[in-house]
Amino acid sequence: MLPKWFNVWNRENPADIYGPAILVGGLGGAVFVAIAIISFGQPFATDSLQTGPRGNGMSVTEFKSDLAKPDPGIEAYYQEEPYVPEGGEALAKDIYENVQVLGDLTEDNFNRVMLAITDWVSPDEGCAYCHGEVDLEEYGNDDLYTKVVARNMIQMTQSINENWDGHVNANGEVGVTCYTCHRGQHVPSDIWFKIAPVHARAAEGWSAVQNRVTVQSQYTSLPSDALETYLLDYGRIGVHDLEAHVAEYPYEEGVATWQDTERTFSLMNYISNSLGVNCVFCHNSRAFYDPEQVTPQWSTEMLGISMVQELNNDWLVPLKDVYPPERLGPVYADAPKAACKTCHKGYQQPLQGLNVIGNYPELATTEAPVYE
Amino acid sequence: MAWTPEYQNIFTQVQVQGPPEWGMDESGNAINERGQKASFSTLVGWLGNAQLGPVYLGWTGLISFLTGTIALNIIGFNMLAQVDWSIPEFIRQLFWLALEPPSPEYGLTFPPLYDGGWYIIASFFLLISVMAWWARTWFLAEEHKMGKHIFWAFGAAIWLFLVLGLFRPILMGSWSEAVPYGIFPHLDWTTAFSIRYGNLYYNPFHALSIVFLYGSVLLFAMHGATILAVTRYGGDRELEQIVDRGTASERAALFWRWTMGFNATMEGIHRWAWWFAVLTPITGGIGILLTGTVVDNWFIWAQEHYFAPMYDGSYGYEAYGSYEAFIGQEN
Repeated sequence: MLPKWFNVWNRENPADIYGPAILVGGLGGAVFVAIAIISFGQPFATDSLQTGPRGNGMSVTEFKSDLAKPDPGIEAYYQEEPYVPEGGEALAKDIYENVQVLGDLTEDNFNRVMLAITDWVSPDEGCAYCHGEVDLEEYGNDDLYTKVVARNMIQMTQSINENWDGHVNANGEVGVTCYTCHRGQHVPSDIWFKIAPVHARAAEGWSAVQNRVTVQSQYTSLPSDALETYLLDYGRIGVHDLEAHVAEYPYEEGVATWQDTERTFSLMNYISNSLGVNCVFCHNSRAFYDPEQVTPQWSTEMLGISMVQELNNDWLVPLKDVYPPERLGPVYADAPKAACKTCHKGYQQPLQGLNVIGNYPELATTEAPVYE
Repeated sequence: MAWTPEYQNIFTQVQVQGPPEWGMDESGNAINERGQKASFSTLVGWLGNAQLGPVYLGWTGLISFLTGTIALNIIGFNMLAQVDWSIPEFIRQLFWLALEPPSPEYGLTFPPLYDGGWYIIASFFLLISVMAWWARTWFLAEEHKMGKHIFWAFGAAIWLFLVLGLFRPILMGSWSEAVPYGIFPHLDWTTAFSIRYGNLYYNPFHALSIVFLYGSVLLFAMHGATILAVTRYGGDRELEQIVDRGTASERAALFWRWTMGFNATMEGIHRWAWWFAVLTPITGGIGILLTGTVVDNWFIWAQEHYFAPMYDGSYGYEAYGSYEAFIGQEN
């Protein structure tokens, strides 16, 4: 293919071209990359939020590209300002039948809230998702489980806003509405069920609750029963001794073991992922237990844990018999439960701190709403 | 490649392949106790001696191999049973699976098979396997009329192994304190162990162990680099250079004296290396043994001994910026 003189010349003049080629190529490539980074900027640039005294590495780091993208839920949030009553209007409980919640609303506001709930929870099916394909006159029926659940959830939302102000309004008015969890879906994402023990066989006790890739363990080999232990059964989260020397043995009742520590770690890892933060958002990681070395967010989080315990035990678990089988858990047919990620969805504050409650004073209180 | 010096290579540059070297046989029966085969592998020769075998098994090697195989199979079959004998799941979850020690409530009694019983059995066989291998390092050194340095060095590693799986669990009164047999699970144990006892980084023996571990790495790199650098002057004949110091040793020594004013010797560097390596698990084992037995919270212990500094400054991002500014939504 090549001319004969070329092959002959090559044979007679051997030269190692590969070494210099690799050298020049490697160096040239490095120079090219260096110039590109200087010219166009670091493609994976990060920004960090300092969370503690300088010198101990407390900060939360995010990619700038991620920070530049707001939570899409913010844009998609449907809201409408209330119609401030002038007094004397007929109330929903007088106009409609079987109005057990939101009855103190004027007709305009009642329909405004109903419309919003439809958009937040069942934008495709509309009213029929809870009320059924029936005439308006029959909307008072409680035939569908969705309506019974929805009523409970409205009460739960009011309870959260009223009783857990310290958590949901910790950084200013934010509150929660149906949308905080539902985001336009019938069933919120990031709910959870009981699954432990997780092994098919050959494992009991401590061996049986861990070492499997599960959502509950956040795909780690840590215990998969952390959420049920702490967020349902009020298990003790702290594992540390508060003195340097303590006489105790792991087989004794009530003594925290490294196994308990793994379970706590599993919960903490879940919380970190739920909020898109790391350990040092709340703790100084050198002494996780020390209340003198935690951030204000730690207190907010403690309230949040108590809140989730109440939501699960007082609101969500009791609905078990209301749900059809397909809404129940795969292993124990238990009711779907909530935890941090159900609202936070990976952000420090749900919807990045968007004030969702401002336009819905009806959902902020179990009493008659106060309009301003 | 001619453009680069031959000695700058991560692979061995000189391979000897010929008739297999069989070693001494002074008693006349060694040949029967050794493997009957010796072969050569060019691939193996890139990393070390190209000759493979003969292997001397002996009764210690036999026991070690058999009990080790039993232990490994108990661990593997327990993992396989946990995924209901599904090979694909076994492969998919291999790094997650483990044979765990018993639940804490069983103390030092023998637990049910599926709650740590198999773990105790596997550990028993593993213990025999490791101890038989340890004996083997003694006997083979004896056979070659060598010093027992390897035996004692391996003993240092076995000390840490026994602290983790035998001594500390007994002192704590529960087999549940032992380390799980699994890839991720043993790392979970490590993290949980550190956190449970108030941060192992404040354990001075853990600190010493890290010093010796990183020191070993540094010494190994310095020594390996020095010898390779003077190989062209015969520096790789290290033992001869101990008693008959040649230009290789002199150049290497001078290099380090010029660099940092001090140099090891051909003999001394190996004593440094041995002690650094051996002290890594010895100090680490002491640190583990003290944890939960003598000291239950290392951070508080460190505060009591004045080496946990307090930091000035606020906790919480509010003191340093705002969430709104961080996410670029500041109004």
